[in-house]
Amino acid sequence: MKMVAKQLSIFLENRQGRLMEVTRVLAEENINFSALCIAENNEFGILRGIVSDPQKACDVLKKKNFAASLTDVLGISCPNKPGMLSLILKKLADSGIFIEYMYSFALNHATITVIRPNDLKKCIEVLQRNEVELIDPESMYNL
Amino acid sequence: MIWNESIECMDGGALRKIQTIRLRKMVEYVYHNTPFYRKKMQELGLSPQDIETLEDIHKLPFTTKTDLRDNYPFGLFAVPMSQITRIHGSSGTTGKPTVVGYTRKDINLWTECLSRCFTAYGATKDDIFQIAYGYGLFTGGLGAHYGAENIGASVIPLSSGNTEKQIHLMHDFGTTVLCCTPSYALFMADAIKDMGIDRDSLKLRAGAFGAEPWTENMRREIEEKLAIKAYDIYGLSEISGPGVGFECECQNGTHLNEDHFYPEIIDPVTLEPLGEGQKGELVFTHLTKEGMPLLRYRTKDLTSLHYGKCSCGRTLVKMDRILGRSDDMLIIRGINVFPTQIESVILDLPEFEPHYLLTVDRINNTDRMELKVEVKPEFYSDEINKMLALKKRIGDKLQNVLGLGVDIKLAEPRSIERSTGKAKRVIDNRKFN
Repeated sequence: MKMVAKQLSIFLENRQGRLMEVTRVLAEENINFSALCIAENNEFGILRGIVSDPQKACDVLKKKNFAASLTDVLGISCPNKPGMLSLILKKLADSGIFIEYMYSFALNHATITVIRPNDLKKCIEVLQRNEVELIDPESMYNL
Repeated sequence: MIWNESIECMDGGALRKIQTIRLRKMVEYVYHNTPFYRKKMQELGLSPQDIETLEDIHKLPFTTKTDLRDNYPFGLFAVPMSQITRIHGSSGTTGKPTVVGYTRKDINLWTECLSRCFTAYGATKDDIFQIAYGYGLFTGGLGAHYGAENIGASVIPLSSGNTEKQIHLMHDFGTTVLCCTPSYALFMADAIKDMGIDRDSLKLRAGAFGAEPWTENMRREIEEKLAIKAYDIYGLSEISGPGVGFECECQNGTHLNEDHFYPEIIDPVTLEPLGEGQKGELVFTHLTKEGMPLLRYRTKDLTSLHYGKCSCGRTLVKMDRILGRSDDMLIIRGINVFPTQIESVILDLPEFEPHYLLTVDRINNTDRMELKVEVKPEFYSDEINKMLALKKRIGDKLQNVLGLGVDIKLAEPRSIERSTGKAKRVIDNRKFN
């Protein structure tokens, strides 16, 4: 599954400066974020992001006792137009694929979406069958 | 292996006879040499002749830690200072330390007790002991040191702390027996992994763990992580230090050196003696001590005693795992909670690290417990639902065991302070006036 990208995931306690600490550690290693989002509840947060070198990022963070791990995700690109995302999600829903989480951002004419489906293999099949553009992991890491 | 078979495996009846003779002698001794006890006995209308049998011990007054503090520093010594060869004391976290004094004979008897202990673990002169108990006023370091030397083992007197050095030397010197607190053993196990040291390159095979209560689950965790046999060693400075009791290869109870320290179990509230197998507070009376003998010293440790011959061959009474200290017991909304209960819940769940911090607060007149606990690295998920499910899992289990709700706070790896000595795991912020 060469289109599967590695997302950096970090469990963070709600403590002052914790997020800053993550960015500082990665900055020191010259690792860049191309996408980042935080899911939170009232006592902890989970940072998810696409970085220039996921394995290295995960290793250095672990060494500093961060609860970092890598998660398989897919990156898709579609035109930055109304209804496009809805179209893709319908295909996935019709095929019985659930989305655990996703995050999106638009870059000029294209919208890039990172998704974590419950069934990666099936999701790739459905997307490819419907000619949705999957982004090569290396390109995602270096957006 | 058995160090002193004639005593350790002695017929129960003969042992009672020895204890009776020693008790009578001891009561006579303190009556004449410790003014504190003479006064207490006189107040109770007791003379040494009133103590004839072991059962008569119930007539004798109790001794508490407060009595030791009140007589700080040397008020309970039964010999002149010229005969005292060693002074130890408790850490004194709640004020003045409690002081104990040993004559040369006391040190020898203590060393004998530790020799029995280490021999029961299967240790011999061919072993290399790494003593990672603190050396100093605390009895752990020097006590274990003398015992290990006495059986002819090679001793590395490292004291506590400086974990990296401990591990390097453990590796380079080929340590076979480690002596430290069980929480420090777990801390070292993690550190060995972090330092990238291959377990197979270590010669470690056994550990003498004590100075704080620990659970069966914690033993399993230590034995698994360090690939060793983990044995309990029990003691308290007031009685002699480590080696008052020790586990044998059966690992199902701690034998007490009852030819030197006579144990009783009492109800901590009514102070009435309890029978075999009943849970209560452990009380010791010195049978042989010269420097600072104590009558019916209340340890605050909660346990029960079992008599009879052990499958190891020893007849020395066996004590159950310490349930907790009557001092450590928390009363939360009227319910008794022991930190050891929380510990065993955590250790039963493979997703959590054995480190925790329990904070108790009283908010709007209601007691609340918050448990901070670390998830093992491989169990952190990037899905909130899974993390919340983990939280619920431990919360439900605690509710079941304690009958109380506990607020769970999932913590990041290594965010809970590891201790190199006795672990501080409970913070009670409630103010009682």
